[in-house]
Amino acid sequence: MTNLLATDPLFANGLTLAVFLIVIIKVVVAFAVLMGAVTLMIWFERKAISDMQSRIGPNRVGPWGLLQTLADGIKLFFKEDLIPAESDRFVFKLAPYLVVVPAFLIFSVIPVGGMVTIAHHTFQLQVADPPMGILLVLACSGIAVYGVMLAGWASGSKYPLMSSVRASAQMVSYEAALGMNVVTVLLVCNSLSTRAIVDAQGGSFFHWNLIKTGLVPFVLFLIAATAELNRPPFDVVEADSELVGGFNTEYSSIRFALFYLAEFMNTITMSAVMVTLFFGGPAGPIPNIPHLRWLFPILWFTGKVVAFCFMYIWFRAALPRMRYDQLMDLGWKKLIPASLAWMLLVAAALTSWRWALVVLSGIFIGWLALSQAFEIGSAREQSNTSVLPAIGQRPLSGRALRRFTDHEAPVDDETTDHDEEVEA
Amino acid sequence: MSLLATVTLPDLAIFILGAALCVTGALGIILTKNPVHAALSLVMTLFGIAVLFIELQADFLAAVQIIVYAGAIVVLFLFVIMFLGVDKEEDLSIEPIVAQRPLAAILVTALMASIVALGFIGHFEVGPPSQTAALTGGGGNVADLGKAVFTTYLFAFEATAGLLVIAVIGAVVLARRSGDDEGSDAMLMEELS
Repeated sequence: MTNLLATDPLFANGLTLAVFLIVIIKVVVAFAVLMGAVTLMIWFERKAISDMQSRIGPNRVGPWGLLQTLADGIKLFFKEDLIPAESDRFVFKLAPYLVVVPAFLIFSVIPVGGMVTIAHHTFQLQVADPPMGILLVLACSGIAVYGVMLAGWASGSKYPLMSSVRASAQMVSYEAALGMNVVTVLLVCNSLSTRAIVDAQGGSFFHWNLIKTGLVPFVLFLIAATAELNRPPFDVVEADSELVGGFNTEYSSIRFALFYLAEFMNTITMSAVMVTLFFGGPAGPIPNIPHLRWLFPILWFTGKVVAFCFMYIWFRAALPRMRYDQLMDLGWKKLIPASLAWMLLVAAALTSWRWALVVLSGIFIGWLALSQAFEIGSAREQSNTSVLPAIGQRPLSGRALRRFTDHEAPVDDETTDHDEEVEA
Repeated sequence: MSLLATVTLPDLAIFILGAALCVTGALGIILTKNPVHAALSLVMTLFGIAVLFIELQADFLAAVQIIVYAGAIVVLFLFVIMFLGVDKEEDLSIEPIVAQRPLAAILVTALMASIVALGFIGHFEVGPPSQTAALTGGGGNVADLGKAVFTTYLFAFEATAGLLVIAVIGAVVLARRSGDDEGSDAMLMEELS
């Protein structure tokens, strides 16, 4: 196991009782901090959303309603735990844990601060620093798909099943775009270890991967991560007007609480992953104050994560939900080609500028071919000889819908063609 | 027996854990009657293999095992099971293909025998770190793997990529229906107007 833990100086002198205790304390503190952060995040989200919608929000339990989440948790804990008769009991009970455990695991590879020395033991402020660090994040988000999928299936109910199929299709699709943008970061940083990624971004603002990878991967990663989290505007999973309450409709009591917890925990950990990959993690100016220098990286990290959490809340308040086919189009036809193109460009640019020019022209040709293919495809979809059935598999084209709804409107071809152009 | 004497206790414990996960999962795949439970057992086996990969210091393979096999392929299995509605218990006494079971038994025995034979004949630098650290240097292997794939084994790598592209295009061609005028927008509009 030496290889797994080699980079942490804590293990340089072998495994002693003190080292063992430090590891245990790190695990417990990470768990407690994440739990505390989740309760605060839920409060923060409710409060910020209410402010944006001119409401008051939770204000009864504790100062500024801070303890509302705790009260809700206690209420859920004491509610009756129902298991539907039609459900698959074992899988129904297993599913919430498949969502919660990966959410915790991802946080274990996030560097929250710099090096700290306590009683002659120097160690990193992160639970683990495996050499495959960032791949663990992708692996955990891959496992979280199971929780969502099985929760819907095991409920033995129609709408949860539809929701879980939507959710898992969405998560699997966007994982590809997510992974490709991670690869771009890895190309620049030369390492899979999260600690090494953060260290490579030390120095100044211009060393952050946000700048070094050229801003585009960050934007693509942000969109893909939002879809991966099933958060608005990509929350077709729990579109309550279509699917009752989403894949967790049949869940109650503590199992529902676990899903709820995991959702917000994933928001926090995904923010932390983004900070680690693109914003230098704990990097930032450290004022020279004796005995307190270790505190500033943690503050920088927390500040950046809170900024991202706020951004997610803002998304939720500001953006309308996307339709399911729009969501899939965005993922497969735009995000994945764009991520791939930028990854190739960064790889070429790291070699030499000549290769960058070659790849750039290749990308341009590929873009032309792809856009042509999409155009032919959508034309074929709307033509008289369409191979796709019009109803039941995908929404009708705008033109066809207008003929159903606007009976009064003239339906001669010229006006409808014009409408199509305006819409495009 | 010299091997057992030098393997450290953590290495042995992790191996036993991983092997137990693999075997339990594999038994679950063939013994459970519900296809969804069988697919979940498959995930458990893949997890066990990932644990064994980590024990062999193949971190990258372990992560890819989870991301690709558990995270994508078995998810697609489950998709098909759920979409086709075959998530019912099956009657295992029906044998759909004649002589399938005896043939399977013979093939599996031959395969197991060849694997065991390879273990005796071949010389591999695999094993717990306490055994192989001296041979491999004990460092991370992601960079080594990348170099090997893109230099020594480049042709095999590209051939595999080509094969996958052919498979994808083949699937698309097979899934396409012929361009008949069945159920198009225009037809539907005529019907409804």
